Amino acid sequence: MLVTINSVSLVIAGSGGAGVVTAGSLLLDAAAKAGWYALMSRSSGPQIRGGEAAAMLRFATEPVMSHDDSFHLLMAIDWDNITRFSAEIPLTAESLIVGDPAHGEAPAGLLKNNPRQAALAMSDIAAKIENGRPNMVALGAIAALIGLPPGAMQAVVEDNLKRKGQAAIDASMAAFHAGIAAAADLPAIPQLPAVAAATAPRWSITGNEATGLGAIRGGVRFVAAYPITPATEVLEWLAPSLAKVGGMLVQAEDELASINQIIGASYGGVPAMTATSGPGLSLMIESLGLAVAAEVPLVVVDVMRVGPSTGIATKSEQSDLNIAVYGLHGDAPHIVVAANSVSDCLFTTQWAVHLAEAMQVPALVLTDQAMGQARAIVPKPAELAFIGQRLTATAAVEGERYKRYAMTGSGVSPMAIPGTPGLTHTADGLEHNEFGTPSSQASDHLAQMDKRSRKLTQFTYGDHWADIEDSEVGAGDTAIITWGSSTGPAREALRRISATGGKARLISVRLIAPVQPEKMAAALQGINRVLVVEQSHSGQFHRMLRAFYDLPKDTHALHQGGPLAFGPGQILEQLNVWSA
Amino acid sequence: METTAQKKKYAAKDYKSDLKPIWCPGCGDYTVLNSITRALAELALPPEQVAVVSGIGCSSRIPAYTSVYGFHGVHGRALPVATGLKLARPDLTVLVTGGDGDGFSIGGNHFLHACRRNVDLTYIVMDNQVYGMTKGQASPTTAPDWEGSKLTPEGTGINPFQPLVVGLASGANFIARVSSSDPINMARIIVEAIQHPGFSLVQVLSPCVTFRPEQAEWRDIVRTAVVDYTDDAARAARRLMTDDGFNVGKVLFKGSRPPFRPEFEHSHGSVAELEARFML
Repeated sequence: MLVTINSVSLVIAGSGGAGVVTAGSLLLDAAAKAGWYALMSRSSGPQIRGGEAAAMLRFATEPVMSHDDSFHLLMAIDWDNITRFSAEIPLTAESLIVGDPAHGEAPAGLLKNNPRQAALAMSDIAAKIENGRPNMVALGAIAALIGLPPGAMQAVVEDNLKRKGQAAIDASMAAFHAGIAAAADLPAIPQLPAVAAATAPRWSITGNEATGLGAIRGGVRFVAAYPITPATEVLEWLAPSLAKVGGMLVQAEDELASINQIIGASYGGVPAMTATSGPGLSLMIESLGLAVAAEVPLVVVDVMRVGPSTGIATKSEQSDLNIAVYGLHGDAPHIVVAANSVSDCLFTTQWAVHLAEAMQVPALVLTDQAMGQARAIVPKPAELAFIGQRLTATAAVEGERYKRYAMTGSGVSPMAIPGTPGLTHTADGLEHNEFGTPSSQASDHLAQMDKRSRKLTQFTYGDHWADIEDSEVGAGDTAIITWGSSTGPAREALRRISATGGKARLISVRLIAPVQPEKMAAALQGINRVLVVEQSHSGQFHRMLRAFYDLPKDTHALHQGGPLAFGPGQILEQLNVWSA
Repeated sequence: METTAQKKKYAAKDYKSDLKPIWCPGCGDYTVLNSITRALAELALPPEQVAVVSGIGCSSRIPAYTSVYGFHGVHGRALPVATGLKLARPDLTVLVTGGDGDGFSIGGNHFLHACRRNVDLTYIVMDNQVYGMTKGQASPTTAPDWEGSKLTPEGTGINPFQPLVVGLASGANFIARVSSSDPINMARIIVEAIQHPGFSLVQVLSPCVTFRPEQAEWRDIVRTAVVDYTDDAARAARRLMTDDGFNVGKVLFKGSRPPFRPEFEHSHGSVAELEARFML
């Protein structure tokens, strides 16, 4: 295992009721209290409630951008259905599996690479403590193994259980300390150093929460949506949060209603958004075209999951790129942006609101289950200047009839908001002339098409179109081009290249559409070799790059369908095989 | 109530655009347009405070023929657009216009939930029991034995949709049926529908002279309903279930459910407070 950042990775797994996700969250919070950074992903079986679950955590003394290639520790509270996760829990000969002898032997499926094994009688130890729980015993052992100060857990348990009373806190901490004591007999795994009190301010946030916050920061005050995994948490966070800032969330009867309600709200002058996943986006597509034609700004977040059809609702894939970019009928210029990390969900969503409002166009934000449902301890995100600002028409001009779709240099025409005297008009999905009057004339169609397209081509997107990062000694002649969730492991691959004195450039594309050929050409100056990395079986991103950008002859693609994320090592390996 | 001075402020023509409708001569929708503009004048609503929202179909062309704010969306989705608009902008008077296909077939689910949700909208459905814009196919309200369409040459064989019964069962707060042959009365009822809080459903029998020429007889068949409205949903249901569809000119049901309106709270919170919850 090549480790270039000081980190430790572990999985807590167990059946329903074992409290795996709770244990993971407590551990994450305690790590935060200890001054560490962390990333926690979760995986669960298909059961609605009570199914097996796994919490995957990585801790480090600096921000965590990706999971590692393998886990140091698998703490199994029991073995029920755990082999369903075995592909998601890569283990090596150095890994340690800790199981409870009361639940028998570790299943063979976990032992392929001969990991070390040890026993911890979690249920027996817990049984000796009044109201003791095996998951707290497990947490005690984990804390001892990775070097987490017990005081950090004490503070977190007190916060979490204060409503249940002192007895509950005492029982949990007794089980926790019993776990610490029992860990003395366990083999060692890497420990993280204690960190002096946190220096820079940090947040604990999920990608889905960050998406919701980005929307509110950008000015969204109306959300209509239909529940769908894995986007629901965006909505659950937004419902009470919008109410606090004078906005509202409406649960619609379906996704057709969601998208059309936000069109109505935005036409009424209130910045609006919905969040969904692939199946819901499919239903919204016709009305996204309406928003393009009628020039109604709005934001649609797609928290991608494995497709097609119902696919795997609880797991991640980067395979909605095609529908997001090409799904609309007719020529329908619109914005597609993609977040590339948990905290970037905030930036990218806020930027999307800004772009949508500024250009009076729908903007799609692509995130995915992996980042949406992951919780991370991150440096406090920067304040951003992006606030949705719509060019509005506020007063009638004497003797002139208002042209809602007036030809302008930028393509953006001042929009009259209902309630404004003298500027009444009809916004229309039918092709129209400058007044909005329906027209089937070729000249009107071509002029309006040019105008709608010009809005996007004339806009200044600045440096945000992509995150471009070089290894410490420069870019060299090799670039990794990626997007979305695959950026995390690619970033870490770049770190490892740096650590060995190698050179490479990372280009993580945030602005998927409209494409930016000139900026990409500049970013590829001096680059002779490109590795494209994406989590799509058919290589949707690679094909799009091929269609719109000049890539070096020596371009390879690393693409595979979900739900297994790339490890940094997999990306490095691809680069190494190639240079050999 | 409006003062006389306010009433004098606007005439029906003040709510009409100068666009010539695409409708066939004799289409019932002309009088519906007239009744809507007459009703708006009666209410003396400033044109900029009114929005008319529609989907697709002959009758869905109405927004562009008015001089108020209009939104002409896609097929079947007028009600959700109007719902979003009214919730975001409760100060506006929002009307929804459309036909039987737009409202009860492709938009059927939204119809159910708009009645249920009871947002303060006025939904005017021009029912001609046919898809006119696509040149004469059976709609949800077409009789099962109508053989006039090449798509269903033997008739649909399906019982017609009962919009008012379904609307009542789904929770519509105001239900009326009118005939396009009686524009004065239609305007009066539209005024009442706009004034009544919550979701108001107005079915207009509006003949299609081109694809259902036999509907010209409606003028002679319709009769003014003999009973006045009830606020008792069970009684209204019995009446609607036994009625032949030609009792017009009266409000049939008026409920008293409060309209759906999640309050836009006064922002006593700030974005900074939301962010503080993530801070460690």
